[in-house]
Amino acid sequence: MVNLVRQLGQRSLNIVQEAGAMLIFLLESLGLAFMPPFRPRRVLQEIYKIGVKSTLIVMLTGAFTGMVMALQGYYTLRQYGSEGALGAAVALSLIREMGPVLTGIMVSARAGSAVTAEIGIMRITEQLDALDTMAVNPMQYVVMPKLLAGIIAVPLLTAIFDVVGILGGYLVGVILLGVSSGSYFASMKQSVVALDINGGIVKSLVFGLTIILVACYKGFYTEHGAEGVSKATNQTVVLSAVLVLAWDYVLTSFFM
Amino acid sequence: MIKIINLVKSFNGQKVLDGITLEMPRGQITVVIGKSGVGKSVLLKHIVGLLKPDSGQIIVDGQDMSRLGGRKLREFKRRFGVLFQGGALFDSLNAFENIAFPLREKTRLPEAEIAQRVRDRLAQMQLTSEVETKLPDELSGGMKKRVALARAMIQEPEIMFFDEPVTGLDPPMSNTVFHLISKTHRESGYTALVVSHDLPEVFQVADQVAMLHKGRIIAAGTPEELQNHSDPVVQSFIRGEVDFLEA
Repeated sequence: MVNLVRQLGQRSLNIVQEAGAMLIFLLESLGLAFMPPFRPRRVLQEIYKIGVKSTLIVMLTGAFTGMVMALQGYYTLRQYGSEGALGAAVALSLIREMGPVLTGIMVSARAGSAVTAEIGIMRITEQLDALDTMAVNPMQYVVMPKLLAGIIAVPLLTAIFDVVGILGGYLVGVILLGVSSGSYFASMKQSVVALDINGGIVKSLVFGLTIILVACYKGFYTEHGAEGVSKATNQTVVLSAVLVLAWDYVLTSFFM
Repeated sequence: MIKIINLVKSFNGQKVLDGITLEMPRGQITVVIGKSGVGKSVLLKHIVGLLKPDSGQIIVDGQDMSRLGGRKLREFKRRFGVLFQGGALFDSLNAFENIAFPLREKTRLPEAEIAQRVRDRLAQMQLTSEVETKLPDELSGGMKKRVALARAMIQEPEIMFFDEPVTGLDPPMSNTVFHLISKTHRESGYTALVVSHDLPEVFQVADQVAMLHKGRIIAAGTPEELQNHSDPVVQSFIRGEVDFLEA
């Protein structure tokens, strides 16, 4: 029993310690964004790797999410004779919740894992040490551009997810199930307000930062060779997905 | 002159360096030998500022660099070059970009000047221009080492560090790399530290040799002095005897 309590206590301490280390890592890397040399080209390269290369998977996920929501929503709303509100239901769910959360999870699975693997391999092959010995700060050269790219790319990907999802919902609701095109968009226009869009943007900003922070941190402190990289990559996907969901609850309760 | 005084470092309670004291005379090549895992690379990483000692000093030209931080440490680092064990070439850059990297990051030289310097270094390393556009993955082990050496030397450092420079290379390529180290040292006159367990090949580049064993320097002197050293541990290592390696 005493051992169990001790282990629980130790585990809690480790979690708090790692959270603190991650926060310091974040502040240090973001602080370097304001110090020369500025690296706009590196940031653009990372936006391409994290954002542009995730576009297709985000569009596919968005399309199918919108289609499923339209299908589910149509049969539920029809029971109350409110099929005309389908556009509002699809758009609000996507903009407030599904867009930021699912985009975050897709980015974590596709780009987050890649970021950890890339930095982890740089660590175990001494590329980060090589940067350091050349008097180039690895946090500034490797981590900071990725963090900025995450903050920029994830909100844009979320917007793409929302638009494609709404079009997916239109395809199923209007073209396949016969809801009027006018009421689909009119109900959407009537129901979606600036707060919904702002909330979605704030969520996607926080998710983008969280995912890439976890990915960079886990990669930067990778140990024990190839097995360590594999473990770090796995931890990135699991931890960032859990954090996205946890942040979603916190931010939703804040915006409600 | 680099002077290491009573350097101590432990990892998880285990002492890896237990009071290392060593001098590296200016303009000479000092070789640290010792079996794998004895702490040679850890010693090198302390001198280049990648690790901080638990105690002890690393004096470079009268300044304790183990206490330096920030801008002063960065300035100090600009004075040296490091050849890492695996080369540590950047995967996403080709050979030319790897060699040009320190110049692009740390100088404001025009591209034409950078290109000229990179090509001069490639020629010095006996590499053809075809190598320039190849990614590290497309290079052989020997080519990688030579590209890495070219990168380490592109800023004409005063001090060079070589971490196991020929590990994983075949004997002819090992000799080529040692020949290149001797040649560049003759041409540039840098101070160098080589950590290696490749005996007796490493003696061909050494001005002085020190042997690291159980966290301490147990013997130091010229290559001849080491080869004739009375310590049975030193003799056993030089001869590559099995009982020593398993001890």
